[in-house]
Amino acid sequence: MTTGLRMERIRHAFGATEVLKDVSIVAEAGKLTCLLGPSGCGKTTLLRLAAGLEKVQDGRIYLQGRLVGDGKTGLCLAPEKRGIGLMFQDYALFPHLNVYENIAFGIKSLTPERRAWIDAGLERMGVAKHRNSYPHVLSGGQQQRVALLRALAPEPEILLLDEPFSGLDVTRRAQVREDTLNFLKECGVAVLMVTHDPEEAMFMADHIVVMKGGKVVQAGTPVQTYFHPVSAFVAELFGAMNHFEGVVEKGQLETPFGPFPIPSIADGEPAQVLVRMEGINVSMGTHHTAPTECCTTVGHVVDTYLLGRSSHLHIRVPRTPSQGLSDDNEIILHVRVPGVMKPESGAAVTVWADPKQVFAFALS
Amino acid sequence: MMETLNDFGTVDFFAVATFTAGIFDVWLNMNSPSGAAQLACMMMMFVIVLIALERYGRRKQKFHNATTHNRALPGFKLSAPLATLAFLACAVPVALGFGVPAWVLGSYALNFYEETLAADFWTFTFNSLLLAGLAATITIVLGVFLAYSLRLGQVRWINGVTRFAALGYAVPGAVLAIGILMYLGWLDNTIDGWARGHIGISTGLIFSGTVIAVTFGYVVRFLSLSFGSVESGLAKITANMDGAARTLGAGPMSTLKRIHLPMLKGSIMTAALLVFVDCMKELPMTVVLRPFNFETLATFVHQYASDELLPEAALAALAIVAAGIIPVVLLSITIAHARAGHTQHADTAPQHIPTPIQEVSP
Repeated sequence: MTTGLRMERIRHAFGATEVLKDVSIVAEAGKLTCLLGPSGCGKTTLLRLAAGLEKVQDGRIYLQGRLVGDGKTGLCLAPEKRGIGLMFQDYALFPHLNVYENIAFGIKSLTPERRAWIDAGLERMGVAKHRNSYPHVLSGGQQQRVALLRALAPEPEILLLDEPFSGLDVTRRAQVREDTLNFLKECGVAVLMVTHDPEEAMFMADHIVVMKGGKVVQAGTPVQTYFHPVSAFVAELFGAMNHFEGVVEKGQLETPFGPFPIPSIADGEPAQVLVRMEGINVSMGTHHTAPTECCTTVGHVVDTYLLGRSSHLHIRVPRTPSQGLSDDNEIILHVRVPGVMKPESGAAVTVWADPKQVFAFALS
Repeated sequence: MMETLNDFGTVDFFAVATFTAGIFDVWLNMNSPSGAAQLACMMMMFVIVLIALERYGRRKQKFHNATTHNRALPGFKLSAPLATLAFLACAVPVALGFGVPAWVLGSYALNFYEETLAADFWTFTFNSLLLAGLAATITIVLGVFLAYSLRLGQVRWINGVTRFAALGYAVPGAVLAIGILMYLGWLDNTIDGWARGHIGISTGLIFSGTVIAVTFGYVVRFLSLSFGSVESGLAKITANMDGAARTLGAGPMSTLKRIHLPMLKGSIMTAALLVFVDCMKELPMTVVLRPFNFETLATFVHQYASDELLPEAALAALAIVAAGIIPVVLLSITIAHARAGHTQHADTAPQHIPTPIQEVSP
């Protein structure tokens, strides 16, 4: 593959601290790739390496098929010669230049076409009336859009975004996110974006690379990442989950929803079953028939919290469905149901788990 | 402490036998440059120990501002009698230290300005301005160069070199002057010897006792002022600014020109001002390194004061003070205007221009 960005077997250390341990990623042209992971997992360092702001210590970096960084030979093409755009988390707008000058900063020759592009971009991003303003008078969202235009203005082949929406308040974030995504899709540029917000990654990305502790733990489409997580860590990125631990017997693990088949783990090995909070359905009463026989149990509501778009329920269930509910043998399920649901405390309910939202992993 | 070690004019006038005065005494009155150099070396050792102790004392300190904006300190309202006392406590040092001397000098100047002018006052002023201007320009260029190299951080040895170059301010002027004098003498002799041997021409003394020598001395001594000011100015510009400019296609020099210099305007003006003012009043190095019959305002005042002709030198003394104060006032007005206004110029002004007083941190 000759287009986009390819980073191969990257290792990087700051002093004695190893932040990247043999990381390989690809960001294809015309696609949006997300680096998803908690703070300190090395994703921003990876971005800075791609931009040439950090020198490659070990591994190779290709841009559009051209080798731009090689740890072995010490090759490190200067950032200004790479043809990449980088948008910083703090936007890094130049305070002494106005909006127009900021955007035009990276354009080599300001032809009528490029001027028209800037004008259209300002209009499109809703900051046209601020073209002569200085950055400090703009709101966070406006600064974000100016920074995006500035990074795109020199027509880079690859655009790197470092936590592009983290500086915005939650109410503005969704809208800015959508505007940005549409704009990027129109530009057709290869995008590598860093985020710690799984919802953002799900919304924006064509391809998600999950990182943890300087390593890639999973790479795939958003659907693959959400429905086929390779580890408990990846599964839990999308929110806290219900954990059931035990020892595998006859290829199964006992859970409150009944025995869950785990063919991949040998008998006698410790294992865990994780169930998403939103993967559990609740209906009032004890005699409802669930769509699946295997994953059903009955319990009592302990607490209910209204969260607005959804409701959070604590439900007391027996450790295994065959046992009755008693004090020393119960477990609290955390359940997230859409909309408003506010049963009385102590009300009897039937709960069943969506098998697609249940995952089993070895317990190490 | 360093400032006192450096001082020559005051102790000489009041005939206090300090180390600095001793160096001059040995050299000028006993006619023993090597003896003076020995004394200078001892003083240098003392200074080095002092610096080492200071570095050691705050080796673990780091200064970080938790927020980007400094919060205004809460006001504290004093009752009327306390307020009067506070006002007096603040006013007395200013009045005794500046007001009274300025008034005395002012009245002297009014009565004796003709004598001062007759003593070639304008030439001295020109000399002072020339030296101070030259030194300020060179130290700024060097200071920006050093601070920016340090920021780019690509050459490892530059760190040590820069720290060493910025040590000059800690070295007392008398010690520096003697060091430079001996070094330039050696350089001149070497060049002269080489020229005689190879071309058959005697070049004589090229650097010793020239304006170049004095300027060199000023630059060595005051480089740390400009470097420190530029460095702290640069430190306020986040590394992401460099990153943004570089990824937008600007090379390191272009980034310096288009990003750092415009944003550093305030720091650079402050640095230039500091060096300029310090050079205007510099005495020990000027006395030692200047060419024959070359007087600056400072050497002129010192000369006349030593000869009990203080009133005749009052105008020159005031001129030095004015050279220090007028630029500060002008700068403060510029800054105040930039902050208060809401014009586009206000927007272009850097967020924070340090006042010279804040910046003195040798």
